[in-house]
Amino acid sequence: MDVPGLLAQLLNGLQYGLLLFLIASGLTLIFGVMGVINLAHGSMFMIGAYLAYAVTAHGGSPWLAVPAAAAAGLLLGAGLETGLFRHFYARQHLDQVLLTFALILLFEEARSLLVGNDFHAVPVPALLDFSVPITAHFSYSAYRFAVIGSCLVLAAALFFWIERTRMGAIIRAAAEQPEMVDVLGIDARRVHVTVFAVGTALALVAGALAAPLYSVYPNMGDGFLIISFVVVVIGGLGSVAGAFWSALMLGLVDTLGTAYAPRLAGLVVYVLMAAALLWRPSGLFGRR
Amino acid sequence: MTPRSLTEWVLLGLGALLLALLPLGLSEFYSGLVTSAMIAAMLALSLQLLVGCTGLVSLGHAAFYGLGAYTVYAMTPAEHGLSLLMTLPAAALVAGLAALLVGALSLRTKGFFFLMVTLAFGQMVFFIFHNTKLGGGADGAYLMRPTLSVFDWQLTLTRRQRPLAIYYLTLVLLVAMYLALCGLLRTLFGRVLDGIRINEPRMLALGFNTYRYKLAAFAIAGVLAGVAGHMYAMKDAFVNPALVGWHRSAEALLMLLLGGLGSLNGAVIGALAYTAIGEAAQLLTERKLLVEGLVILLVVLSLPNGLSGLTMPAWPTRALRRHRSKPAEAPEVGRHG
Repeated sequence: MDVPGLLAQLLNGLQYGLLLFLIASGLTLIFGVMGVINLAHGSMFMIGAYLAYAVTAHGGSPWLAVPAAAAAGLLLGAGLETGLFRHFYARQHLDQVLLTFALILLFEEARSLLVGNDFHAVPVPALLDFSVPITAHFSYSAYRFAVIGSCLVLAAALFFWIERTRMGAIIRAAAEQPEMVDVLGIDARRVHVTVFAVGTALALVAGALAAPLYSVYPNMGDGFLIISFVVVVIGGLGSVAGAFWSALMLGLVDTLGTAYAPRLAGLVVYVLMAAALLWRPSGLFGRR
Repeated sequence: MTPRSLTEWVLLGLGALLLALLPLGLSEFYSGLVTSAMIAAMLALSLQLLVGCTGLVSLGHAAFYGLGAYTVYAMTPAEHGLSLLMTLPAAALVAGLAALLVGALSLRTKGFFFLMVTLAFGQMVFFIFHNTKLGGGADGAYLMRPTLSVFDWQLTLTRRQRPLAIYYLTLVLLVAMYLALCGLLRTLFGRVLDGIRINEPRMLALGFNTYRYKLAAFAIAGVLAGVAGHMYAMKDAFVNPALVGWHRSAEALLMLLLGGLGSLNGAVIGALAYTAIGEAAQLLTERKLLVEGLVILLVVLSLPNGLSGLTMPAWPTRALRRHRSKPAEAPEVGRHG
């Protein structure tokens, strides 16, 4: 086995895992606080990626893609929460599932109306369009390094927000004891909007970061959504730290699996999930 | 919920009779469409056992439907079709065994966890058929239809007769499945499933091993979905990974919500209505998904009890039904499940 090849796969796995974390952390936060499952979270990723495509295709700088995705994500998340999801927290699971499934269909149709059904490549920022030499014979894409760095910064910011700030404390409390938060006179609606907006923005940013790597194509959110579910199941529903470690693990396993055992690619992830369920049904970092 | 009054049974009998007479007055295309709708009704009935009766919302049910269809493909040689007496039990068995395995793992979880795990396992089956050459890969494959034959005797059909034979076979299977589920839900087993939906901790406290009951329900639902998948393969003589995909699972859930959660009639009505809406949408516009999405939104927002909730008499049972359509878990059980 050649060492540079393995190193490249490890870095790819790390980068993929970190992107998965950005998606899965929003999913798990939204579930943890509001108790609602958002199947359309994959569509948020898709929207972020297409936004990056739209910005660059209309002559905008690729550097604008991520800030634009973050801003759009905050707005979209807040809008969806106040306009739609807020009315569904008390409904049965089936209603929530079908509602968010309908959103997927509508977002995909909107995508098809606005951009069409073709694959589109998205350019890497010119400044990052080079390879970093690591050894004499091996170099690695600077853009991928930048993605790894941005994801790590975002993950650190997210942990700081949840663990060290007042809002984070309220969010943790709302996930544990929503009634107590209400009793303390904290406006639950404000907490919900904030969590939903941040979770959605993380998915859009992940999409914008991923667009130059994977290009943009119809239904691109589906695959990422389902792997994010596996991340959340293994990590423990509602646990951001669990999502982090399990995203890294799945990213590495999936990437190495695809590289060295292409026939089994895609399956390894589900075998891992089955094993995790046998061992600890509520996830490796689950509360119960 | 099974039919309770004589009137309901009479209406059901009339409905079945109507379905039996329909091909006399319909073109071949529309008879084929009704066959598809009846196959969808079988899928919806099998899912109703899980979702409406036991309170288990599965988002991977199409996996067993697809496995039923793929079993027919896998066992049929390229030259000639096999007897229905071989393919139908095989499809049911394979789907049932797969459901037993998936259920054994996913039923260790509850609520949304269960939903995500069934979705993930369903996608696993999807990827097996999509990424490997096992079933023709991403493009799918054609197959030889199962034949109506017993040992050496074979019913030979002309090209024009065959769709009709498949129509009536599907109708017979649908009626049989409906009656079997009716019978099942009236046994102690059915009552326990009812109890699990309404309050599982209480059923546990009463001494029922709820895990086993849920697993049995999951496996039975898998078998029935396999039968539906078999009929799909027999009708269209074609399998492709979309049969297994999670969009199909979500469609089946939508049929239940459209028809009415928890009632067998609802599953059938929902499937028929859903197929009709899909066909009408295709006549009106290229954008089928747009219509589908809007229909779901409309149903979720305005018809919490489905179409059969509209036609039922509004008085004494209404409060009961509203209570029954609420989620399975009591609030104090914890929504993070």
